[in-house]
Amino acid sequence: MTARTRIATLLASLTLLLAGCSGGGDGADDGRITLRFQSLAWQEESVEATRELVREWNAAHPDVRVQYVQGSWDSVHDQLLTSFEGGEAPDIIHDASDDLADFAYGGHLADLTDLLPERLKSDIPRRSWETVTFGDGIYGVPFLQEPRVLIANVDLLKESGVRVPTPEDPWTWAEFRQVTKRLSGDGRYGVAWPLKEPVSATLNLSLSTGGQLFHRGADGKVTVRFEESDQVVPRTIRDQVDTDHSASPTTLGSGGSDTLPGFFAGKYAMVPLGFSYRQQIEQQAPDGFDWQVLPAPAGAGGLTQGVSPQTLSVAEDSPHKKEAAAFVDFLLRPDNMVRLALGDWMLPTGTRALADPALHTPERGWATGTALAGHLRPAPAQSVRGYPEWKDKVATPALQEYYSGAIDTDELRERLEEDGNLVLARYQR
Amino acid sequence: MRTSTPARVGQYAALLAYLVFLAFPFLWLISTAFKPPQELGSLHPTWIPENPTLDNFRQAFDEQPLLRAALNSLLAALGAAVIAVLIATPMAYVMARHRGRLARAATGWVVISQAFPFVLVIIPLFLVLKNLRLINSVPGLVMVYVVWSLPFALWMLAGYVRAVPAELEEAAAVDGAGRLRTLVSVTAPLLAPGIVATALFAFITAWNEFFFALVLLKTPEKQTLPVILTHFIGAEGVADLGPLAAAAFLATLPSLVVFALIQRRITGGMLAGAVKS
Repeated sequence: MTARTRIATLLASLTLLLAGCSGGGDGADDGRITLRFQSLAWQEESVEATRELVREWNAAHPDVRVQYVQGSWDSVHDQLLTSFEGGEAPDIIHDASDDLADFAYGGHLADLTDLLPERLKSDIPRRSWETVTFGDGIYGVPFLQEPRVLIANVDLLKESGVRVPTPEDPWTWAEFRQVTKRLSGDGRYGVAWPLKEPVSATLNLSLSTGGQLFHRGADGKVTVRFEESDQVVPRTIRDQVDTDHSASPTTLGSGGSDTLPGFFAGKYAMVPLGFSYRQQIEQQAPDGFDWQVLPAPAGAGGLTQGVSPQTLSVAEDSPHKKEAAAFVDFLLRPDNMVRLALGDWMLPTGTRALADPALHTPERGWATGTALAGHLRPAPAQSVRGYPEWKDKVATPALQEYYSGAIDTDELRERLEEDGNLVLARYQR
Repeated sequence: MRTSTPARVGQYAALLAYLVFLAFPFLWLISTAFKPPQELGSLHPTWIPENPTLDNFRQAFDEQPLLRAALNSLLAALGAAVIAVLIATPMAYVMARHRGRLARAATGWVVISQAFPFVLVIIPLFLVLKNLRLINSVPGLVMVYVVWSLPFALWMLAGYVRAVPAELEEAAAVDGAGRLRTLVSVTAPLLAPGIVATALFAFITAWNEFFFALVLLKTPEKQTLPVILTHFIGAEGVADLGPLAAAAFLATLPSLVVFALIQRRITGGMLAGAVKS
């Protein structure tokens, strides 16, 4: 075979192969409806649970076939934005409530108010519905959420003799500071705060001390006020890092997973993490390592915390909204919601699902987490227009500098309020 | 001029340090791919896994359609490389040999076009491809990759064409060869290393590309490897590290193999002694 023949053969085969890969719409030609469901489940167990539910739906509904498409948390916003603009979005969309505002206001998501059955509406508490209500419409169904908890090294807790908190009798923030002091020493820190994203952690935990930060005036405009109740959590963390040296300074820029090796090695007695991190801990902990889930400290606001639940929405452009909503309803039946929650190691929002015995076992901290469910509220920032810019340009650097000891509380307040309100004002003209 | 022994030792030490620096992430990736979860959570990680396991590979294959995604990636990358070279070679020749105002303008445009970020073009591109019914198809993706890699391929090949002395073509003409004969028998063989290097560039660019593939391919059967790899990453950047490393390791192999096969041709030195200057 000459070189020329070889090249020609290569080109011909490539063309044939590519032709074989081309297009093909997703419309059914046999009268059946096909819905595309983009799921963000990613852990082995949750992917399996979701796929299984899709299989069950398809077996029971031959006329409405659901096609499972796996998306990625990492890129979901950009990918959805482009697909919405191009009119090619999936019919059923898995996302988080703090990512929905732009899509809802942009008219890309269907208002589910009249599409969802009463069973589902009444099963999920009003405070969860608030996270997906924009204007007068409901643009998603909140179905999974997770509180921030303290994961503790049981041996170190026992050794120090500190009182072990429960959801009924949690530590106060002042007590928590004392406990971390007692747990520190010999190169060990009482706590390691992973504060790579310091804003959401600080704001969400500050609800426990009555912090509000964003105040809506009579004219509907939002302003930032960093008051005494907003300062308790950040001040505790800063004191632990800079004054008591009971919190590791090196993890302030880390993500949650990065603190785990030090936690397993006994370098940190406790790590404040999202409830779902238990899956990673269970998988990676060395043999014989004993860990326990404790509630985050409480303040004037009790155990209240802000959360942005995971959501299921329907695309406005979907020609089959009714069928898509029916699938969402199927996916979120109490039993199914429990399967999804167990797969993702998170809490379901539905009250009937939450009552399932599987979520009340003390094993792996399920009971502690479930006891916190009633204290979860919408994250304070999620309805504030301009929040992403305020967070990135003002709050993140200011809090990072504050926690590292570079600026004091007055300067932090000045920056959050003065610089912050300038940013928010631009969005509220 | 002979280099002194200490200088030579220094050069080799610097080269070695550079190689270690380059290889570190890849070696760490391989090490991670074979570690069980407990070793991934260790405060003192080791280079050689203490209890090596293939579980990460098993899990990666169980959870994600890696082979199908690899085939899609291979088709997209090969298609993009072949087409980009076919288009770029004659264009680069014209740009290099005919240095008029048009060629200069074309070169300027090539350089400027490199400055456009993905996000700026993605929505218009999406709409154009949608009208052409090329969304969710590998040929559509190939078209995008060709367009995306063409400017740099062109610019790169033009450099190779300039390096081929025009005197050789003139000599062929003097010996009676026509323009086509000169191009095929004289210029093309000398351009081979450049063509191979350009094809390699287009192949690797397409093989690694993520964002266009993410946006343009809707169904799982069409998705390419970089898109599939993100399925091992969860919210807040938490990753299923073992299977991710295993899949990423497998994803780098084809690039390595292609590179190993044709790198000899890139460093040809074919022009040595061709002209006496």
